[in-house]
Amino acid sequence: MNTALAIEGGRLIDPASGYDAATNIYIADGRIAAIGAPPPGFSAQRTIDARGLVVAPGLVDLCARMREPGTEGALRGEMRAALAGGVTGVVCPPDTEPALDEPGLVRMLRQRSREAAGARLYPLGAMTAALAGETLAEMHTLAQVGCVAFCQTTALPANHGTLLQALRYAKTFGLPIWLRPVDASLVGDGIAGDGALASRLGLPGITVAAETVALHTIFELQRTAGTRIHICRLSSAEGVALVRAAKREGLPLTADVSIHHVHLIDQNIGYYDTNCRLDPPLRTERDRAAIRSGLADGTIDAVCSDHAPVALEDKLLPFGEARAGASGLETLLPLILDWARAEAIPLVQALAVVTSAPARILGEDTGTLQVGRKADLVLFDPAASWTVQSESLVSSGKNSPFIGQRLSGRARCTMVGGEVRFEGAG
Amino acid sequence: MQVLTESLQLNRDGALHHLLSTEGLPRPLIERILTTADGFIAVGTREVKSVPLLRGRSVFNLFFENSTRTRTTFEIASKRLSADVYNLNIAASSTAKGESLLDTIDNLTAMQADIFVVRHSQGGAPYLIARHLAPHVHVVNAGDGRHAHPTQALLDLYTIRHYKGAFPSLSVAVVGDILNSRVARSDIHALLAMGVTDLRAVGPLTLLPTGLEQMGVRVCTRLEEGIRNADVIIMLRLQSERMRGALLPSAQEYFRNYGLTPQALRHAKPDCIVMHPGPMNRGVEIDSTVADGPHSVILPQVSFGIAVRMAVLSMVASSQRSGSHRAEAAAPGSTVPHARANAGESTARLG
Repeated sequence: MNTALAIEGGRLIDPASGYDAATNIYIADGRIAAIGAPPPGFSAQRTIDARGLVVAPGLVDLCARMREPGTEGALRGEMRAALAGGVTGVVCPPDTEPALDEPGLVRMLRQRSREAAGARLYPLGAMTAALAGETLAEMHTLAQVGCVAFCQTTALPANHGTLLQALRYAKTFGLPIWLRPVDASLVGDGIAGDGALASRLGLPGITVAAETVALHTIFELQRTAGTRIHICRLSSAEGVALVRAAKREGLPLTADVSIHHVHLIDQNIGYYDTNCRLDPPLRTERDRAAIRSGLADGTIDAVCSDHAPVALEDKLLPFGEARAGASGLETLLPLILDWARAEAIPLVQALAVVTSAPARILGEDTGTLQVGRKADLVLFDPAASWTVQSESLVSSGKNSPFIGQRLSGRARCTMVGGEVRFEGAG
Repeated sequence: MQVLTESLQLNRDGALHHLLSTEGLPRPLIERILTTADGFIAVGTREVKSVPLLRGRSVFNLFFENSTRTRTTFEIASKRLSADVYNLNIAASSTAKGESLLDTIDNLTAMQADIFVVRHSQGGAPYLIARHLAPHVHVVNAGDGRHAHPTQALLDLYTIRHYKGAFPSLSVAVVGDILNSRVARSDIHALLAMGVTDLRAVGPLTLLPTGLEQMGVRVCTRLEEGIRNADVIIMLRLQSERMRGALLPSAQEYFRNYGLTPQALRHAKPDCIVMHPGPMNRGVEIDSTVADGPHSVILPQVSFGIAVRMAVLSMVASSQRSGSHRAEAAAPGSTVPHARANAGESTARLG
């Protein structure tokens, strides 16, 4: 701990300040001590040669499942996957077993996270007991033990009265609410985005209205309650348009999208590729284009991995029986780089959606390289080309829609609080 | 995403290795199936109703969903080809004990199965099995969820060809619960592959899936309009659980609007044929007078079905899997732009 580090010769990119230039950075006492020249009296215990590498804030992932509580020992492995992916902060949704709805569970999770020495853990508390959408969870107490916000993970509560009261209660204590814009009654038995592909494959479709009706509900209740809300994982063009309008109106709102929806569409399901069974479902080319526009104009603030490790046997099933979700921590960074290349977005701007923007949503002082801030950093080789293979993923989730694809960009060194916690071969 | 580019059904020489869907079957191959079936029609009328083409081969009828009719016709087809036939009603055995689908397949493959005839309630289950199997074992889809029922579509083509001849000039209407019908999907792909240009899907909006127009089908919500001047009318079975609920108010109201009656039939061509995959709900989707009337070819469909299934079984059994099928090009004849091509810049770029 607290090693004095000199990182020299890298291309330093700080999305928060717009800085992008070759320079040195110095770390001491877990924080960024200086940029450019070493601070007076600085003596590096270790010097890292970062030539050819990008030095950036570690990625802050707004949704990554550690599968604990639920799967004993899972968190340690998923934290290693996070570090290997250059992720230094992970928000864990409360869809665990049991749900994160009481302080003891949150304390236990944080303890295990400290022991794992991985990325920083930001637990999301359940908004309602057991996520059942009926009784409010002890949000204030949960916040005191470390929950950063409160959330319903799969859909809005069926009872909109409960949702309104949850928003009011959270507002009382200044707690943010994170919501998935999903109206369960409109999802029904749907398993794929409604459209030509679902029709062709005979898969029950999920109408876009499941998202838009939920967004209308959320915004209407937010106008009443005034609570700060973060919208998790938009999937449709219409949804992006509604968020854009609500933001223009001035509602206290942020939104994210999963990296899979930045890259994939329903056609990628092909003939029932269960690795593309995702929640929310993949939608059309038009929806993907709208999501990319939403990222470009700031309607969508952040991109998350939506990391969901699923056991192989839960994917080796007919599409309709397979468990939804994809492993995402280790592919987030290269997929962001790919999106930036495709859309000709400068790296300093592209990285913002996985660093400074999510940190701001969390109210954290990470996600930036300013002097005095926590030294959560990633050193990555933007040109390193690698093929995604199940066996080589660190995560227990070997399920990725990108299996077999060549991606560019790989973390070489990930540090949290000035401590090097991951180093990969160059 | 190499899985998207595979043509699981065809081997490198373009021969039928599995039959999973009519989507992507090239027209010459469909024609070969129908011609092969021609040769088997006579077998059923002979005193000795079998040929030794599949002697010593094992056909496993794997029915994860109950079906008497389809299973029986596959059984008859297999026996007429002299295969050893084993009927497994999986719904009542392994899966109830928690065995996974692929474990079941592994066990049966170890019993030297040559062909699996699979019916499953989940769309895509036969694809999962086909990808898993050793190269010398074949899958014939006998109906998967709402996705496909390719042998039914092929026997429908056989029937249409028998009564109407060439396809491109025909007007064909598919009427009823398109949304939940695997027969409708397979018929649509098969008819389009054969060059039918005037293809209509007829039903209330609650029973019509989105995106039909993109498949090349004209959507009609009125029966009279949908069957106007039609040469062929394919009626679909309305499942009893859908007769009353959020999709339809009642079987009676459905019959009043979409039931094929002699009056409604007057809108079609005078020499039109009426088909139905069975089993029929008389008085729900079809009036008895029509079902038993001069336009009905519903019973001949059943007889042709055996010959068509013999053709499919004999053709897949004679296919050899040479090398990797993953190297093949995208399935030709696909009515939508193929997945890989359509997967957008990201996939192409990431390659």
